[in-house]
Amino acid sequence: MMEEEKLTAREEKVSPLKLNSVQYVVALLLVVLLAGLWRLQVVSADNYRVLAEQNRVRKVPIMAPRGKIFDREGRLLVDNYASISCYLLREPARDWDADLPMIAQGLHMTVDQIQYVLRRYQFAPKYQPIPLKQDLSPDEVAFIEAHRNELPELETLDEQRRLYPNGGFAAHLIGYVGEISENDLNKEKYAFYQAGDVVGKSGVEATYDAVLRGTDGSRDVVVDSRGREVGQLGQQDPVPGKDLRLSIDLDVQMAAEKALEGKTGAIVAMDPHTGEILAMVSRPTYDPNQFAVRLTKEYWNKILNDPDHPMMNKTIQAQLAPGSTFKIIMSYAGLEEGVAQDMHVNCAGGGTFFGHFFACDKHHGGVDIYHAIPWSCDTFYYTLAERLQIDTIAKYATAVGISQKTGIDLPDEATGTMPSTAWKLKNFHDKWYAGEVISVGIGQGAVQASPIQLARALSGLASGGALKRPHVILDGQISQQYQQAILDTYAGSGEKQVSLKTENWQIITDAMAETLNSGTAAASHLEGVDFAGKTGTAQVMSHAALARSGGGHKTVPNAWFVGMTPRRNPDIVVAVLWENGDWGANAAKLGAQVVNTFVEKQRKKAGNLMKVAEAPKPATPLENAAKKEEPVTN
Amino acid sequence: MRRFSSFRDFDWVLLGFVLLLSVISVLEIYSATMHTKFHGFEKKQLEYLAVGLVLMFIVSLIDYHQLLEIVPWAYGTSILSLVAVAAVGTRVLGAKRWIKFPGGIHFQPSEWIKLVLVVAVARYFWSLGGRDLTWKDIGKAFLLVGIPMLMVLKQPDLGTALTYSPILICGLFLGGIRFKQAAILILGFLLLVGGVWRTGKLLKPYQKARLTNFINPDNDPKGSGYQIRQSLIAVGSGGVWGKGATKGTQTQGDFLPIPYTDFIFAAFCEEHGFVGALGVLLLYFLILMRLIQNAQTAPDPPGTFIVMGIVAIIIFQMAVNIGMVIGFMPVTGIPLPLMSYGGSSVLFTFMALGIVMNVRMRRFVN
Repeated sequence: MMEEEKLTAREEKVSPLKLNSVQYVVALLLVVLLAGLWRLQVVSADNYRVLAEQNRVRKVPIMAPRGKIFDREGRLLVDNYASISCYLLREPARDWDADLPMIAQGLHMTVDQIQYVLRRYQFAPKYQPIPLKQDLSPDEVAFIEAHRNELPELETLDEQRRLYPNGGFAAHLIGYVGEISENDLNKEKYAFYQAGDVVGKSGVEATYDAVLRGTDGSRDVVVDSRGREVGQLGQQDPVPGKDLRLSIDLDVQMAAEKALEGKTGAIVAMDPHTGEILAMVSRPTYDPNQFAVRLTKEYWNKILNDPDHPMMNKTIQAQLAPGSTFKIIMSYAGLEEGVAQDMHVNCAGGGTFFGHFFACDKHHGGVDIYHAIPWSCDTFYYTLAERLQIDTIAKYATAVGISQKTGIDLPDEATGTMPSTAWKLKNFHDKWYAGEVISVGIGQGAVQASPIQLARALSGLASGGALKRPHVILDGQISQQYQQAILDTYAGSGEKQVSLKTENWQIITDAMAETLNSGTAAASHLEGVDFAGKTGTAQVMSHAALARSGGGHKTVPNAWFVGMTPRRNPDIVVAVLWENGDWGANAAKLGAQVVNTFVEKQRKKAGNLMKVAEAPKPATPLENAAKKEEPVTN
Repeated sequence: MRRFSSFRDFDWVLLGFVLLLSVISVLEIYSATMHTKFHGFEKKQLEYLAVGLVLMFIVSLIDYHQLLEIVPWAYGTSILSLVAVAAVGTRVLGAKRWIKFPGGIHFQPSEWIKLVLVVAVARYFWSLGGRDLTWKDIGKAFLLVGIPMLMVLKQPDLGTALTYSPILICGLFLGGIRFKQAAILILGFLLLVGGVWRTGKLLKPYQKARLTNFINPDNDPKGSGYQIRQSLIAVGSGGVWGKGATKGTQTQGDFLPIPYTDFIFAAFCEEHGFVGALGVLLLYFLILMRLIQNAQTAPDPPGTFIVMGIVAIIIFQMAVNIGMVIGFMPVTGIPLPLMSYGGSSVLFTFMALGIVMNVRMRRFVN
């Protein structure tokens, strides 16, 4: 039923004449269109048939050279080299199969390999040439030239390809390039990419692909039905990719690479003032050059089956128990809660908690916070954990970024784990048992962190609570807009300020300096350097499992070290993970090599030797004074 | 005497023609995308058609007088959504036309606004009560359509912005514009176009290029000139009988640009020749005649205005798109209603048909 009309009705109808006239307009219009179609399809059909026959446009790509990558001082890390590639043109329409064996022989490929490539490009436009092989040898180029007449479908092209002059050096950070996969082609992110495009697959090459890649150009060539060029329609010049400077310092990076030589593990060094990464090494490494051209099956299998995961960037992807390095975060939680300042614990080689005996590695005797950090006394932290309870520990650990992505501008960062009652309930549908907190107190149990997370947490605590977002690109390298896009893509806990009272800040940093003077890492003491740190030895399996396994290298504990210089508002923070390195003190030696290189360089720059550092006077953190009272955020 | 309206009064004949054309469209999309990375779009088009049909039935149940009631709100919302697109829209190929919602849904407000404008214009001219139009009336009508039009033009989406103009022209024509006024408007328009062309403020360089290339296709063989050239070759080489389904060399060889959206008619002409094209044009003729008939039998002026507004849009899009395909018009990026692939376009067309059905169902209500 119709409603009451609220609008003033209009008396007059629209004139029927006008409506009829529209019908005539439609009829006239269709007649005009039909006339046009008649002209094209009946009168001139033959001309257009000839044009369609001759209509063979070939797009010959002109590759844009990819931007080069430099360290912070402009020293070359990644370069390009000139190479000749062979392309297959799918017109003139010929019978491929007959030619394939000959092509395969001339290019030193198998027929199967060629057919595999053809299959991959079946949906590409017909005029798009298919890249068959890169880096042709002189005799392969000669083969194509010599058989121009029999094999008009082969074409050579000069290209710029990726060269990693130092092979596996900083490979995880830089990443590698390869042909875009079919899978990626269907993703929105790659909407404007074509099959055959070379894209960054990991590391900086992937994150900053859009900046580095530039835009390929092309020549649009008209060819006749036999595939010969008869003219050029136009040309789009390529736009070269933009060069990038990373925040990496080549000297520090080299020291870190050298320190991990022949070992398994990771080292990351960052500038806590800015969050810039100064060095990033993961071992074992791989050779990105092997990926940049045609990856061989042998190499791929070798990489894939290596139990030490050469492709994994352990600085951001390893999720391991942080061991005693976690005690820094425990101390932070204990001090901020006002529990740890006056705590005295008598360590008799361990202690009994919740009816079980938990061992310490030494008889430390009477221990307070000032000794617990440098001596790494477990009993003290068992006791502290028992007092704080899991959720308080989790609150402070999460605040400094444990179990949070740091937001570093590299793909596939791991999140890590920080247990809590809520976490237990969510993941195990079980309640938290009070006794479980004891092993968390010494960074074992379910706690898992990556080296970058530990480096960032320490950077924040040593800078009076200012946590920065780690990044590998030098500031001011790319446009604001793109920077924002990266920030959005690699979201993490980012920059923030956590509450840290000045006196607590001093206690933690002074005690960490003592680690290098008289504590667990005294062997790594650097003369004249205000070097502070914390070692960690993390078991890789429980005692029971260890007994079952019968030993072997893979059962040896992981060695951890986090360190910095100077102790307050440091210029560099380094995190070292040496897998199966046995003792934290061993990792500390590696960290000391990196820090030493950095300091030497600073001194050279300053042009005068720093005075032998005395313990600095208590100071308020420079930039944090204003924000100091902010509560811990979760 | 009021009679309860029912689906008995539904225009089944019109729906039959429309569905026939939709089937042709799905088959042609299948053929045009079979060797590209867009293969499978015909299935998506089928999904859109299914949703479109459901929407059509739903819309047909809403009394169009209620639409006339709420149109001021809808108009306001439309303007706001255009502002939103400008603010938070997704950029695709350099144009901000979409708002992205979670779940991968891209909403293109400019397409829906056509419907809102049709109803808004109908309401406006109805409120004038059929008197002779004053210049002030004409000015208001221009503002009504012009504000969203300029906003869409800014996105930039010249094609969609242009599709708003037939709504205004149709409204003025049926609303009683006098011959003298129309003449002055046309003259003013021509002067304005000349002015815009010279200062080049409103048109983007590529839009200008399209127009100049249309006049002289050889000065830009790669851009829109190239597109028109390839389209003509596709249509012409189809001949009288066509090359057969899925056998068009222009379509399959990727010479014809976007053969499943803007140039779908060219792909169809290549494969089915003059005979096929004649059949499709005949279908359009029947559909439009049926629509105009429904406008004639509408119970009241706003009903007539609404149906005619929809007719105007379809005529305009058809003329511009097919005109482009056969080289009578520049490349504008306007889809062919009922044939081109695209969710927004299909849903718009079927909702518009739903309104037409509703007007028809109430034709005995007086």
